[in-house]
Amino acid sequence: MQLSDVMEINKDLIAASSTPIVLAILAEEDSYGYAILQRVREVSGGRMEWTDGMLYPVLHRLERLGHIEARWETAETGRRRKYYRITEQGEERLVEERRQWLAVDSTMRNIWNALSGSAIGGIVPEGAGQ
Amino acid sequence: MTAQGPAMSLEDQIDLWRSYLRRRQAIHQVDVEELEDHLREQIDVLVGADLSTDEAFLVAVKRIGSLDVLSREFAREHADRLWKQLVVAAPESAEATGVRRTDAVVAVGLAIAAAIAVKLPALFGLDLDDDAGFYARNASLFVLPFLTLYFVWKRRLDRQIARWLVLPFIAAGIFANVYPFVSEGSSEVLTALHLPIALWLAVGIAYAGSRWGEVSGRMDFIRFSGELFIYYVLIALGGGVLTGVMAVIFQAIGIDIERFFESWMLPCGAVGAVLVASWLVEAKQSVIENMAPVLTRLFTPMFAAMLLAFLGALVWTGRGIDIERDALIVFDLLLIVVLGLLLYSISARDQHAPAGPFDLLQVVLVVSALLANSVALWAIASRINDFGFTPNRTAALGVNVLLLVNLAWSAVLYVQFLRGRGTFASLEQWQTRYIPLYALWAAAIVVVFPPLFDYI
Repeated sequence: MQLSDVMEINKDLIAASSTPIVLAILAEEDSYGYAILQRVREVSGGRMEWTDGMLYPVLHRLERLGHIEARWETAETGRRRKYYRITEQGEERLVEERRQWLAVDSTMRNIWNALSGSAIGGIVPEGAGQ
Repeated sequence: MTAQGPAMSLEDQIDLWRSYLRRRQAIHQVDVEELEDHLREQIDVLVGADLSTDEAFLVAVKRIGSLDVLSREFAREHADRLWKQLVVAAPESAEATGVRRTDAVVAVGLAIAAAIAVKLPALFGLDLDDDAGFYARNASLFVLPFLTLYFVWKRRLDRQIARWLVLPFIAAGIFANVYPFVSEGSSEVLTALHLPIALWLAVGIAYAGSRWGEVSGRMDFIRFSGELFIYYVLIALGGGVLTGVMAVIFQAIGIDIERFFESWMLPCGAVGAVLVASWLVEAKQSVIENMAPVLTRLFTPMFAAMLLAFLGALVWTGRGIDIERDALIVFDLLLIVVLGLLLYSISARDQHAPAGPFDLLQVVLVVSALLANSVALWAIASRINDFGFTPNRTAALGVNVLLLVNLAWSAVLYVQFLRGRGTFASLEQWQTRYIPLYALWAAAIVVVFPPLFDYI
């Protein structure tokens, strides 16, 4: 992965998608900050780049809301490390997030398809949404 | 490891980075540890990819992101920390100093306006002594509109909301003055006591501004109210010393200042001090560690011990509570104090901290207060027919029920939290959602009670 390939995704989208992404990653298995970011890079094919530090306020917010739980463990390196685990409530939230995002996703697909069927021919012009 | 030139070792660099991070009030020690673990793992990975430790450190630090942005994000998530940071984090530019000066000028200006407002009725022949009832009923109207105005100005509140905020004050002015109150009767006293509570909600809406809908916004308002109370008491104490000294030295030259003190200094000082204290809370909140939580920590164990002793004595001696006519008011005060202790320990608590001994103590306090209150309520309920429903007793009963419901559900939520079944946030949410109810009940007393009880 080259850094220059990183797509600019606008901040609002990053912020909105951070909750379902983090919850989904933790639904796979318990994890900690660095590993979560690695997983985000992996599944997004490097297209989603978060500023590393910003993950932590997101984790703390989810913890406060009771969606995830934290515990400190000593990692194999001997350092203390904070692990996060999804709670039952977090799983419910994930199902709800998934439902909403699928609705957005299918709406977008339909509108893109409708556009590509028109005279514009598959290329979405700049400012098509305006 | 490549040790080239005078470069610092990796550990020194990490130490330095850690100390920068620690200076941010919004980022706590545990967060620093968590971020450091992240930094070290990133460095290990980069070193594994053949970068020198220096390069790896730089890249890893850059990836974590700007400390300013990071600490702002942390502060946004942890509003309780933001509360301490509000003033300190403000950039110390010339502009900022200017802003603070304007702030002071506006606050003092409004304090003077409130002082004028309290003296204005005197022009129309209303004397502080002879028309004490008028002044008591309208006391909040001399102060709170100005305080609300201050926050409307300070928070640059939406005009739409600001316009709505005028309504409660107009309504208050009407209800405090149109009813034909019997002089110094219960209804008049109740109105004087409850109008400020009802109007305090308007102040809160102005204070929290756009954050009124959020738990953190209302929590800040609770913190503000507590700190304001403490500052006000401090100012009042100072004022007492000032007048004492003044009286003595003027007496030495044969001048009696009592009249000046009673008709000018006391009323003007009492209303002006609210504005000045509010401004101080806003400006100085981070300079002095918040006092309300400190007092809470001190007195929670003492009140818990006192209540346990009371309950123990009740069971041991088998005595019923000797219900006098106004016993309920005493128990209302008890519940108010317990609620205050609960609120301010919630407001200062780190939400993420696991349940500890202090939490257990808090539950003991709340539950024992509930028990003591139930015993009292039971005793009163059995004799309510002898006593009858006077305005005082009805108001006291309403307050008691209102607080009882709040504390009972708080106890349930707290126990759930202690047993790991619920989050601390839900307790906070319950408390903040409850706030408008106090104001509504107070408003009901002001609006409905006087006609209901024939203005006695």
